[in-house]
Amino acid sequence: MKMTSQIQQVNRVSQGLLNNNTEQSLSFEFNGKSMTGYAGDTLASALLANGEKLVARSFKYHRPRGIFSAGSEEPNALVELRKGAYQEPNTRATIIELFDGLEAKSQNYRGSLKYDLMAINDRLSPFLSAGFYYKTFMWPKAFWEKLYEPIIRSSAGLGRLSAIEDGDSYDKGFLHCDLLIIGAGPAGLAAALQASRSGAKVLVADEDFLLGGRLNAENHGVAGAAGHEWAASTVAELNSLPNVRIMPRTSIYGSFDHGIYGALERKTDHLASSGGKPRQVLWRIYSKQALLCAGSTERPIAFANNDRPGVMLAGSVRTYVNRYGVTAGQKVAVFTNNDDGWRTAVDLSDKGVEISAIIDTRDKAPLAAPKGAAVMMGGSVINTAGRHGIREITLSNGQKVPTDCLAVSGGWNPNVHLTCHQRGKPEWQDDISAFVPGHALPVGMQVAGAANGTLTLASALAEGHAKASEMVSNIGYTPSNSLAPDSNDESCAVSAFWYVDSGKDRAWLDLQNDVTVKDIKLSHQEGFRSVEHLKRYTTLGMATDQGKTSNVNALAVMADCTGKTIPETGTTIFRPPYTPVAIGALAGRARGKDFRPTRLTPSHRWAEAQGAVFVETGMWLRAQWFPQAGETTWRESVDREVIQTRKSVGICDVTTLGKIDIQGRDAAAFLNKIYANAFAKLPVGKVRYGLMLREDGIAMDDGTTARFSDTHFVMTTTTANAVSVFRHMEFARQCLWPDLDVQLLSATEQFAQYAVAGPNSRKLLQKIVDADYAIDNESFPFMACAEITVCNGIPARLFRISFSGELAYEIAVPARYGDSLFRVLMEAGQEYDVVPYGTEALGVMRIEKGHAAGNELNGQITAQNLGMGRLVSKKKDCIGNKLSERSALNTDNIVELVGFRPVDVTEMLSSGAHFIAIGAEASTENDQGWMSSVCYSPELKMSVGIGFIQNGSQRLGEKVRAVDLVRGKDIEVEITSAHHVDPEGERLRG
Amino acid sequence: MIINHPLLGPRDASEFVYLGDAALMKRPDWQADDAAQQFYEYLYLRDNIAGQHRELWYHEQGDRSWLVVTRNTETHEITAVELARDVATREGHAV
Repeated sequence: MKMTSQIQQVNRVSQGLLNNNTEQSLSFEFNGKSMTGYAGDTLASALLANGEKLVARSFKYHRPRGIFSAGSEEPNALVELRKGAYQEPNTRATIIELFDGLEAKSQNYRGSLKYDLMAINDRLSPFLSAGFYYKTFMWPKAFWEKLYEPIIRSSAGLGRLSAIEDGDSYDKGFLHCDLLIIGAGPAGLAAALQASRSGAKVLVADEDFLLGGRLNAENHGVAGAAGHEWAASTVAELNSLPNVRIMPRTSIYGSFDHGIYGALERKTDHLASSGGKPRQVLWRIYSKQALLCAGSTERPIAFANNDRPGVMLAGSVRTYVNRYGVTAGQKVAVFTNNDDGWRTAVDLSDKGVEISAIIDTRDKAPLAAPKGAAVMMGGSVINTAGRHGIREITLSNGQKVPTDCLAVSGGWNPNVHLTCHQRGKPEWQDDISAFVPGHALPVGMQVAGAANGTLTLASALAEGHAKASEMVSNIGYTPSNSLAPDSNDESCAVSAFWYVDSGKDRAWLDLQNDVTVKDIKLSHQEGFRSVEHLKRYTTLGMATDQGKTSNVNALAVMADCTGKTIPETGTTIFRPPYTPVAIGALAGRARGKDFRPTRLTPSHRWAEAQGAVFVETGMWLRAQWFPQAGETTWRESVDREVIQTRKSVGICDVTTLGKIDIQGRDAAAFLNKIYANAFAKLPVGKVRYGLMLREDGIAMDDGTTARFSDTHFVMTTTTANAVSVFRHMEFARQCLWPDLDVQLLSATEQFAQYAVAGPNSRKLLQKIVDADYAIDNESFPFMACAEITVCNGIPARLFRISFSGELAYEIAVPARYGDSLFRVLMEAGQEYDVVPYGTEALGVMRIEKGHAAGNELNGQITAQNLGMGRLVSKKKDCIGNKLSERSALNTDNIVELVGFRPVDVTEMLSSGAHFIAIGAEASTENDQGWMSSVCYSPELKMSVGIGFIQNGSQRLGEKVRAVDLVRGKDIEVEITSAHHVDPEGERLRG
Repeated sequence: MIINHPLLGPRDASEFVYLGDAALMKRPDWQADDAAQQFYEYLYLRDNIAGQHRELWYHEQGDRSWLVVTRNTETHEITAVELARDVATREGHAV
């Protein structure tokens, strides 16, 4: 260590366990101020080393706050880490590993941290007590939107987002193990050692970067060595074993069903930059057995003004001095209700730190006090003073003691969280005055060490060892005969002392949410008796720390109010995550475009080269239209594509339609069940339109199905429903009619398919269809299909079907020929001025022709509504036919699909408009139906639509209004046939 | 959750699509006198069981098998997994 940095680091009293090889100190910046620390420091230990007491402002009252703990339970020291795209709010200074060049800022203040303008809230605190939101912002109603909400929004939340896209990447992974050990403290390491000897596959995860848990924070010996040395050598030994994987910086954040655990591994957070590697990995761990060795968390004691910077957990003060060689103050007092607090005084004193006083709520001192320390037994701290940090404490005997750090210990709470993630309830254990894991643990889980209420070292080591033996034998391994590492049990007696009566002053329970003892009492007074209500009303235990240091104390206050015991009061439900998980890690690679990958058809590159505009449908990218030079609006392009197709020939990529291959002796019988209309008698070489109903009689999907042989059909579905239709058919096949001999295969991606439409479509196709196959009108009439070859032997399927209403075909080839076929068709079509058309032109032509599509099949529509009621066969059993007969679906007044045209042909229709009688009020009562699809028809040179109106088929020629209140339109329209173009169907048969 | 697929062994629940009560396999006879009532009950009336529940899962990201999974809705313990096709064949309803 360099002397220069030591001079700066006024509170650095030794090297602790910091990296011995560190030649250079690390420099970092906090709130713009340059400081130094060492490798192995956390941001918190480095800040304390530099004497930084004030690091944050509290959430509600903007009170000055300092570092409170030394771990992931930290409620106060939340900072904004890094800059720009890498900025992360609400990171806990206590777990950030220091790196050279680290930059962090305090949050939740206006002006400066020292002179926060929002500190006025503290003066207003009488008005900001529990439930003030619910009481204050009730009235007047008009104030909500204009005044209250903007104020709340600007004051709410802790850190700020950068609003720049996160520059880091995140990954996900899966791990499998026999035994997962959660926590690498004494119990976890003893368990890992014992389990590893059996040959079981062991995985050890710990949230810290230095493994050993409290062994690194204490001065206890294990197996003849210093505790931290035993931890280091044990980790080294485990790391050398092929059946053990050790994962530092990995938090197990949730326990899920069937032995699955969620873990967040911080891969590069300790580095200045991720260097392009994933910053964090979200693991899903599949375990046969899991041993929870998550340790315990110290809890404070509440007393007046116990939130000043410098008031800290006693065990954390000890961690800082033993592990990091940092004292949290120059004159430290200890306030405790248990033996453990005394060790903080002893360890600090051993490092030469002055102990000003030890105040114990109990009558008998458990240890000898360090030299020079005043001891007050049976006393308490009743108040503190100091503006930006503690300066003085007042004891219950009225004595004032100058101190710049008050180490408080109220006992230790086992970290039972993961035992409760599947609704297990913790149980109260009187001798340690804390909740321990209940009996209903997640399947395969056991608990050892402090997490199980075994708070002393030798017992924790023994318990970890014994549980490991038991668990490996549970899954068929033979445990070794070796003994648990040798150690001693330290004294740990505790008394149930929770808070000091603070009179008019506020005594803090939840530092993160600014919840005081008084707030708990008030909420009880106002009738919030359930602990879950208390939490919502006061916000106790919310936010990033989830009340790790506050919940049990608050339960004790509540128990006092109700006269019940703490276990009778109960805890709120623990849910994942144990510690915060960034949304980025949960998203992993599924971000931006990768959240929903798009699928490309074989001719996509060609369309792209033409400058096509694409649209996403059912995850596919489809060409929407093909703009040409000089065209300035989409309508110009679409009109041209429609006109040219109807005049000569156009080609549209319809690869995205779902294709299902259906084969088997009973394929026809099966289709008869699936489709509402009859299919059994469809001749080979023919295609038929099919309407599929849900079992409730509502239309599910439609499409065409072609029969290529007695036992072979090919079905098309709409693009969007390809997956759900296939699932539905597999359900019918496996669950409803398992005796039918039929097999299904999705062939959507295996075939590229193109619609060739327009009067010249046959001539165009004749140029590429091999001579063996005749496709003239007589040989290959409307609704014919055949397996043919094109371009000298390329296998293809040809269907004479028409969505556009023109003479049209669809031609399918194996996907690998798709791109080439499209180019061949375009080239062959040059002499006919062939035009590629996109989904918009496709849509225009189907609306002109009156074909239903997704807008019409919206999950409310029956065959009767579509005017296809007679299609539903009454002579056979098919899905949906029975319930389609329900009377309410068959009244005289059901809506029916018809066409609509504006009376004033210059008006543009809008879809979503509702039909109202002329002269009637536009109200729900007068609603007669709705416009489902509209387009500009280049053929009719006006806007046309199709839609549903009551009794529509009987009202052709009648005039109604199409009222669109959203777009402010009210247009008179005439009811027409849905077939705006070629109603007789002459073109498609030509 | 992990579903022990009868053909493929233990698979993560995320590979499956959930449908619901396995009673959906017992589709009524369309020619029964009270077919409309039976279909109404079949489609809309379900028991909401706290405890052992037989339900349908579809291995969509796998072999496309429909499975009948017996799961305790309170503990998520899965005690039996069968191919729906075997169940349907065994329980033999009308074709």
